[in-house]
Amino acid sequence: MDLRVTPLDKNVIGNARNNLRKRRLIDTFWGYIFILPQVAGMVAFVLIPLVSVFYLSMVSWDGLGDIQFVGFQNFIDQFASEDLRIAFINTINYTLITVPGGIILALLTALALNRVRGKAIYRVIYFMPVVTSTVAVSVIWLWLLNGDYGLINQILRAVFHVEGPNWLADEHWVIPSIAIVSIWGSLGINMVIFLAGLQSIPAAYIEAARIDGASRLQLFWRITLPLLSPTLFFVIVLSIISSFQVFDQTFILTGGGPAKESYTIVYHIYTLGFRQFTFGPASAAAVILFALLLILTLLQFTLQRRWVTYEL
Amino acid sequence: MLQESVQDPRNGATSGGWAGGPPRVFQKGPVNVHPQRSLGSMAFTVFLHTLLIIGALIMAGPFIWMIITSLKDTSQAFSSPPSFLPNPIVWSNYPNSLQAMPFGEAYFNSIYIAIIVVVVDLLTSAMAGYAFARIRFPGRDSIFVLFLATLMIPFQLTIIPLFIIMQKLNWIDTHLALIVPACLFDAFGVFLMRQFIKGIPIELEEAAIVDGASRWTVFWRIILPLLKAPLSALGIFTFLSTWNSFFIPLIMLNTPDLFTVPLMLNQFKDQYTTQWTLVMAGSLIAVLPVLIVYIIGQRQIIQGIALTGLKS
Repeated sequence: MDLRVTPLDKNVIGNARNNLRKRRLIDTFWGYIFILPQVAGMVAFVLIPLVSVFYLSMVSWDGLGDIQFVGFQNFIDQFASEDLRIAFINTINYTLITVPGGIILALLTALALNRVRGKAIYRVIYFMPVVTSTVAVSVIWLWLLNGDYGLINQILRAVFHVEGPNWLADEHWVIPSIAIVSIWGSLGINMVIFLAGLQSIPAAYIEAARIDGASRLQLFWRITLPLLSPTLFFVIVLSIISSFQVFDQTFILTGGGPAKESYTIVYHIYTLGFRQFTFGPASAAAVILFALLLILTLLQFTLQRRWVTYEL
Repeated sequence: MLQESVQDPRNGATSGGWAGGPPRVFQKGPVNVHPQRSLGSMAFTVFLHTLLIIGALIMAGPFIWMIITSLKDTSQAFSSPPSFLPNPIVWSNYPNSLQAMPFGEAYFNSIYIAIIVVVVDLLTSAMAGYAFARIRFPGRDSIFVLFLATLMIPFQLTIIPLFIIMQKLNWIDTHLALIVPACLFDAFGVFLMRQFIKGIPIELEEAAIVDGASRWTVFWRIILPLLKAPLSALGIFTFLSTWNSFFIPLIMLNTPDLFTVPLMLNQFKDQYTTQWTLVMAGSLIAVLPVLIVYIIGQRQIIQGIALTGLKS
């Protein structure tokens, strides 16, 4: 057999190579076309703002006049500012109520739902606040929490003969009140995530523990909770992040009041940036919030190794 | 003993086992194979249902109270103790609140903004997802990682530069400021689409490519029709978050004619603070369409949000 490569064969190979190169080129062309809209959006609305915010945090600018570079002065001012301190403390207080309260309630609800029939009906009702706008939900709660005629104080008065506080105007009750609204609003989504986590626990583990004579509580602490820990971790991380970003509820319910008792970090950023138009300090506050969230999240990822079980 | 128990599984020691702990007999043989039928277990189920019903009342209560209040006149709304049924039923709050605030315009604005955002966002996300999943081009993986990294950025960090960019584009107080960024950037959508497209068998496309179909034809004719489930999940999520969004419209829009429904409700509540019957009618008008759509499509919506809700 003649194995020499004839000029004709060379042509065929060359053509195949050319075709391949051509196809790669066409693919590259289409690849860039397909990602173009989203990449343009990312560059224009995320990457450029991301770089700019660090620059803006080091300038003094009201959006109209000259931009003055001030170095780290905005950060120094922010760390010394009474407003940021108040906002920070309020946000922490709010988080300390919302995250544990919300997660325990959602987990208990999911555990109960996982055991009963008629899951779908309950789920529809519990999930309703999740699809409703926070603004509408907050307006409804504004009425429920009204000191004189709100339903909650009316019930306290009629049933328990107690005069309830003026929730949203009371310096001690305002943060717990906003936290209750948030817990109520996010119960549905956390519950659904927990339910999905519970349903992914292999029935065999539960059965085996039952056969070994584990009590209901033992079953929960030794089997369900460890197997649910990745879900729990996920919900904790997300809940902390979102309660540090609380804004809509405080804006509608209290406007940060009374006397800044519900003034939160994002409210602070909003006030500096879009009420006073001091973009420099507002950017510095935003960078501080971001750093705070980053540290908190990294901390949680470090701590998770101690308590999250990924496999039995 | 064993024989006896098999004849009557709910006899003696076996019954009531689950309330105080699992029945010991369980280990010994096929006794009590349906533990949920035992008396103690029934009591426990009743207990769970009671708790869940109380919970459901708390979850639905604010919505019910909104409806009740909206059907009262002012003197009924402020009566003490509260009346749970409006008597007489007052319908005039609805026409009155529609007259007091241009909710119709707000509706129109919210609907058309949400529709444009959903359609364009789904298209651009699916396109980018397809490119990242299937097409080879230089820099693909690093660009994709960049997309994933942006998921970690809270929007408050970039909001001030974004506002300045909108100012430079002269888009402040126009709907473009809400529509364009939402249409052109959705890192989570891109990620979701890529994951789904990766799961689609590649043979279909290869056959089409060999037959000379262009990438666009493959995407449009083959891939897109297979993405119905993830597209509708992402569509629902995008629709709800656009419809309910408050912070960005709040800072971008000033003219009441341009307001979306949540902004309009916010303004309504500010102007008619003490007229709770009107404000509740307005709130119902604001949430009704979403609640109706939710109740009709609750299964898909809850699953869709549980799937995509991991984003927020």
